[in-house]
Amino acid sequence: MGERKKPTLAVFKFASCDGCQLSLLDCEDELLAVASEVEIASFLEASRAVAKGPYDLTLVEGSITTPHDAERIHQIRRVSRTLVTIGACATAGGIQALRNFKDVSDFAKIVYASPETIEALGKSTPIVDHVFVDFELRGCPVSKKQLVGVLSAWLNGRSLEVSAASVCLECKRRETPCVMVASGTPCLGPVTHAGCGAICPSFRRGCYGCFGPMESANTASMAAVWQSIGATGPDLVRAFRSFNAGAEPFRRESEVHEQR
Amino acid sequence: METAPGADRYVLDLTALNRLIEAVREAGYRVAGPKVRDGALCYEELDPDETLPQGVRDEQGAGRYRLRTGGDAALFSQAVGPHSWKRFLSPPEQRLFTAKKDDRGFRFEPGAIDDGKWAFIGVRPCDLAAIRLWDKVFQDGAWADSAYRAIRERVLVVAVQCTAPAGTCFCLSMGTGPRAGHGFDLALTEIGNGAPRFLVEAGTPTGEEILALVPKVRAGPEEIAEGERRLGQAETSMGRSLDVDGLAELLSRQVDSPRWEEIAVRCLACGNCTMACPTCFCTTVEDTSDLTGSTAERWRRWDSCFTLGFSYIHGGSVRRTISARYRQWMTHKLATWHAQFGETGCVGCGRCITWCPAGIDITEEARLFRQAAEAVPAPRS
Ligand code: SF4
Ligand code: SF4
Ligand code: SF4
Ligand code: SF4
Repeated sequence: MGERKKPTLAVFKFASCDGCQLSLLDCEDELLAVASEVEIASFLEASRAVAKGPYDLTLVEGSITTPHDAERIHQIRRVSRTLVTIGACATAGGIQALRNFKDVSDFAKIVYASPETIEALGKSTPIVDHVFVDFELRGCPVSKKQLVGVLSAWLNGRSLEVSAASVCLECKRRETPCVMVASGTPCLGPVTHAGCGAICPSFRRGCYGCFGPMESANTASMAAVWQSIGATGPDLVRAFRSFNAGAEPFRRESEVHEQR
Repeated sequence: METAPGADRYVLDLTALNRLIEAVREAGYRVAGPKVRDGALCYEELDPDETLPQGVRDEQGAGRYRLRTGGDAALFSQAVGPHSWKRFLSPPEQRLFTAKKDDRGFRFEPGAIDDGKWAFIGVRPCDLAAIRLWDKVFQDGAWADSAYRAIRERVLVVAVQCTAPAGTCFCLSMGTGPRAGHGFDLALTEIGNGAPRFLVEAGTPTGEEILALVPKVRAGPEEIAEGERRLGQAETSMGRSLDVDGLAELLSRQVDSPRWEEIAVRCLACGNCTMACPTCFCTTVEDTSDLTGSTAERWRRWDSCFTLGFSYIHGGSVRRTISARYRQWMTHKLATWHAQFGETGCVGCGRCITWCPAGIDITEEARLFRQAAEAVPAPRS
């Protein structure tokens, strides 16, 4: 077999904290393997060098919050064969989607001396609201293991297995006694997408919902369970409005409890 | 293999029980037993310097579990905790094989099979029944599993008959407890007042051999009567009950009942019930590869019929609604298991009730189905 041309990888950032991209740099053991298997065409966190597209695989971090970014994502989609969004910002709008519940011009007036120079969209939206996305990898931040899994599935041309079931399954596989049942600690695990490996319950904390809603999130029942162990309406609004506040099932549930 | 019930019984004190566990270790077993961790009584490997917890009591209800420690000196005044022995018999995550690419093709290496001998200390009668159900499925027959067999064949079972059922126990209804029928090497019954004392009987020659190494006295009529009294009391203090008379047929006629939707309003489809259930055995298989494509692994993980992926076939999931998934779970346990394996799939341990975050109670749901079915006479076909 002759030397095949290495596929190109690009990483782009929108409104986000860079944490998910850094997860890639954080894959110390695998990073050299990644670098030897792909040509990193654009990855500003790692190198200033930018090669022109088209790219075989593009990873997109961050949400769309400005008219300029709403344009830019279309350009990126045009030069990307496969586009994968990574993290809660790119897949659900991120923590900055809290603005979706308020009027963003009010914030601008408070924060900036000349608010008229600020060009911000009224809502922070996930990439999939703007362009076709081949795969969405959840999490705040994404799991290193899943990120490497995405890359190796793509490099080897095999199907990708990322479970969208509840965090509880991971929690039970690692044999953590349920914190809600055994200590009455509110936990979002039952409505949250697996992927983190159920870290928080293993430290006897409830799940914060970093990976957003699971495949069939019954948020109404979840809220009722929380209320039965003492959560108030404001507690529920806060719980459902964190990194995945913009994800539909969480948004809807948070609004139910805001009205009360 | 097993001796008749009512065989020779002896009395052990705590020192003798600890000696028994030591003898088990000396016979080359790794010891697993109850241990308090994260607010629950878990089954874990016990180190040689670890003793069984004393004075631990549990309080179990639908979606609620609390441990109280620091009570009396008793060892076994509780029911089952969140874990079952299936975690030892078929670990939650198991590597089935590794495939490595080399010049000539692929090289396969089998996954590590647990070649240790396990002694399970404190297996409750409901769990004995669950292990029997698993044996039927995985030890022989069409689904025999070599990894299961390798572990199972070497397990030594020290059962504990129940004298303190929890609020969610209903083994009496299922005919599995609180007495241990068979399937144990040794069975204990706690009879102490103040200082711990136990009745012990052997169920197999292996059990007899271990027992021969332990200082003991033959049980007198009073001690045997005390054991009987406590077991009798346990039978009258079951927290839950389930009327199994005709239940499988009754549920099979409820496929289109609106009650499934009512349950689905509460059900989170989280899968906790299936993970906690000692008879649930479903797994999924996942392949991984490294970035260079030179090493691949196949993993088997515990799965649940509450996931969408579970019923995914050719482009879609069959059980899209939570009601369809709850129906699958409940009818498999209580109805279709009969058709599949000739008996019920529920041993009455109550774990699915306690460990359901939404507190959904399979006995209560079954009762409501029966009530509804009896209000409308069954259709004659
Ligand atoms: S602790 Fe949370 S994640 Fe774990 S089983 Fe309980 S509810 Fe689910
Ligand atoms: S269905 Fe529930 S009560 Fe029955 S064996 Fe399973 S966990 Fe125990
Ligand atoms: S269900 Fe029966 S056998 Fe099982 S723990 Fe409860 S009382 Fe014991
Ligand atoms: S019955 Fe309870 S434990 Fe089972 S999936 Fe539904 S909410 Fe989860």
